[in-house]
Amino acid sequence: MNKNGKTTNIFLSGVGGQGTILASNILAEIFLKAGYDVKKAEVHGMAQRGGDVTTHFRFGKKVYSPLIKYGDVDFLLSFEELEALRYINWVKPEGKILINRQQIFPPAVSLGNMAYPGDAEKTFKKYFKDNIRMIDGQGVAKQLGNAQAANVVLVGAFSNFFPDVKETAWIDAIKGLLAPKLHDLNVKAFYEGRKAL
Amino acid sequence: MKREIMQGNAAIARGAWEAGVKVAAAYPGTPSSEILQDIADNYPEIYAEWSPNEMVAMQVASGAAIAGARSMVSMKHVGMNVAADAFMTLSYTGIKGGMVIIVADDPNVHSSQNEQDSRNWARFGKAPMLEPADAQECKDFTKIAFDISEQFDTPVFLRTETRVAHADSPVTLEDRAESKIALGLDPKEAAKYVMVPINVRARRKVVEEKMKKLEEYANTFKYNVVEMNDPSVGVIASSAAYLYTKEVFPEWSYLKLGMVWPLPKKLIADFAKKVKKLVIVEELDPFFETEIRAMGIKVWHGKDVIPTMYELSPEIVEASLKGKKYKAPKIKVKPEDLPRRPPNLCAGCSHRPLFYALKKLGTFVFGDIGCYTLAFAPPLQALHTTVCMGAGGGQAHGAMKALGKEGLGKVCAVLGDSTFLHSGLAPLMNAVYNKGNSTTIVLDNRITGMTGHQEHAGSGFTVRQEPTNMVDYEEIGKALGVKSIRKIDPYDIKGTMEILKEEMAKDEPSLILCKDSPCMLLRRAKPLEKFKNPVYTIDRDKCRGCKLCLEINCPAISWREGAGQTADGHKRKGTVYINPDQCVGCEVCVQICKYDAIVPGKK
Repeated sequence: MNKNGKTTNIFLSGVGGQGTILASNILAEIFLKAGYDVKKAEVHGMAQRGGDVTTHFRFGKKVYSPLIKYGDVDFLLSFEELEALRYINWVKPEGKILINRQQIFPPAVSLGNMAYPGDAEKTFKKYFKDNIRMIDGQGVAKQLGNAQAANVVLVGAFSNFFPDVKETAWIDAIKGLLAPKLHDLNVKAFYEGRKAL
Repeated sequence: MKREIMQGNAAIARGAWEAGVKVAAAYPGTPSSEILQDIADNYPEIYAEWSPNEMVAMQVASGAAIAGARSMVSMKHVGMNVAADAFMTLSYTGIKGGMVIIVADDPNVHSSQNEQDSRNWARFGKAPMLEPADAQECKDFTKIAFDISEQFDTPVFLRTETRVAHADSPVTLEDRAESKIALGLDPKEAAKYVMVPINVRARRKVVEEKMKKLEEYANTFKYNVVEMNDPSVGVIASSAAYLYTKEVFPEWSYLKLGMVWPLPKKLIADFAKKVKKLVIVEELDPFFETEIRAMGIKVWHGKDVIPTMYELSPEIVEASLKGKKYKAPKIKVKPEDLPRRPPNLCAGCSHRPLFYALKKLGTFVFGDIGCYTLAFAPPLQALHTTVCMGAGGGQAHGAMKALGKEGLGKVCAVLGDSTFLHSGLAPLMNAVYNKGNSTTIVLDNRITGMTGHQEHAGSGFTVRQEPTNMVDYEEIGKALGVKSIRKIDPYDIKGTMEILKEEMAKDEPSLILCKDSPCMLLRRAKPLEKFKNPVYTIDRDKCRGCKLCLEINCPAISWREGAGQTADGHKRKGTVYINPDQCVGCEVCVQICKYDAIVPGKK
């Protein structure tokens, strides 16, 4: 984790309503507590109407820009396959990628005017070899009894990319951001996600 | 001291609280909406309200300021157009308690109808403007804005933009300090506040003197910061533009402007002398550049390379300033080859059947600002203008006056409930008064929808969720003189079409109100209760794959390719599929299907 003092860039992408914002809030809590400067930028507005949503998250000794420079993404966490593909050019050649196995059809696909690009995994493999991992966040969350927890399953899986961060730091951040009645489910979701990768 | 991650907007709310603000008013608008809600949710010491529009919010804040309280008004960039009439004279009268105007720009129009640069208001209206770059500055600048306001007897702008308002970064929290100015009104000060010509001429001089003093203040203002590094290039920038440039050219020298109007001319001239080549990086208009060039200072690069449109970013700044030396990352997938994912009306939204009905009638629809603007997009394509709040009402009347009897039956205006109260009453009154014949439809979904559910005078609740009076749209219509007022149930497409047809054909103004059609996301209104079945599904024995139901662009309905046939032998190329996780059972598609192929399903 940024041993040479450089800023680390994490890009999250998904579809409105998938819970990308909670995921980025968890990251922000963790790296602030670890003593880093952090910046996070997201576009609100029409996102809750089913549009694509992205969050730029950066941490380091001193972070200036809230936006990651195009092509400088160290880690891509995507909640949806098409929304991963849309940002493939943003990832550094040595960048690491985690994609949720979910396909949400945009209007052009629903209407039968365009095909859903179902080759996200293959395309990422071609350029990033073993640095791309896939996970069925909904599948894991449904086994826990609530598909809504898929976002925290993804966070659990994503946590493996940061071996220096202690497991308790993730759990503390999740508990700190969610109402107590949601703790059990989401802590389980985190562990299942962490195991799944 | 406690340190927290905060959104820029939350930091502004915090700054207002720490500064001892007593009154805050706003009308929601991206990217400013969170400020007022955050105040209402977290700071009980501050009176907070959603005003019906930005003009009223500006009036409320200024009244409180004249009464001695620190007050704040917040809005998006286009809100200033509405509030400008009050503001342009408030800079003459001045205030008593500090008054800060938060205006949030939206470069790249993530969610707006234009891309105006609000810095121009400061120059135009003669008031100082501060511009923070991150959340800590949002809080600090808000606080110092109140000090400046009281020191110079002027409203002060704090301008943000999407990447400041909606960016989160650490903020150090401090305590609230109450204002030292005593509350109270003084009738003897009338000459300062009554802007009749004789008083205006006196105040006019005060305004010019104020701006001169503010320019001197700006030269030593602690947030106009010089950072000397390599003197071969010096950059003048503010806000996010500063952050992007610093990110890609950390070795250069900088003059970061925290106060963007009036400009610190001496400080700028000194900085220009210290560096070999001067670069000005700013989003949107060449605001600094025009002024700095007018000072006779040589500028190496500014808007000759930096775009004047859309938002900047680290790579745009880098590419603009490096020119041919910039190396773009390798393209692996062309984004333009991928299907886009535009926002859409929610499954079950009452706007969908209404616009479907208007489309079937071939109506030209004069629109407004809100979720329903999404009806412009294919395949619905049932909304034909969007200019500003309330515009549809005035435009439909004007169009009918131009078309005469030819226009009857062909034109209507649509407004949301919140926008009707914002700016829709005057156009409706006008249509009656001037013997027009336009039809106005109020899409009443009981809330300000698109900006994320802010209460308004017709929703029945205040910003702090206290029950309050609810505007009765029917009574308003009557009082304005509308004779023909009808209610429709948008979920009944046939019934809606009949009423719309009748009203648009009438040679008099009509007002049509959508009844019982709350926003699908407004839980307290229990929007799903009126639907008979929780979910519908496709009867594959009957679906002929005619695609008619796809015309409503419901997020729950999609096309599935696959040759086959119905139970009675009709060949088809595929069928539609209803996603049970998204369908809410609104029955709009059921009414459209000609083959009874959409039937109740199981959740």
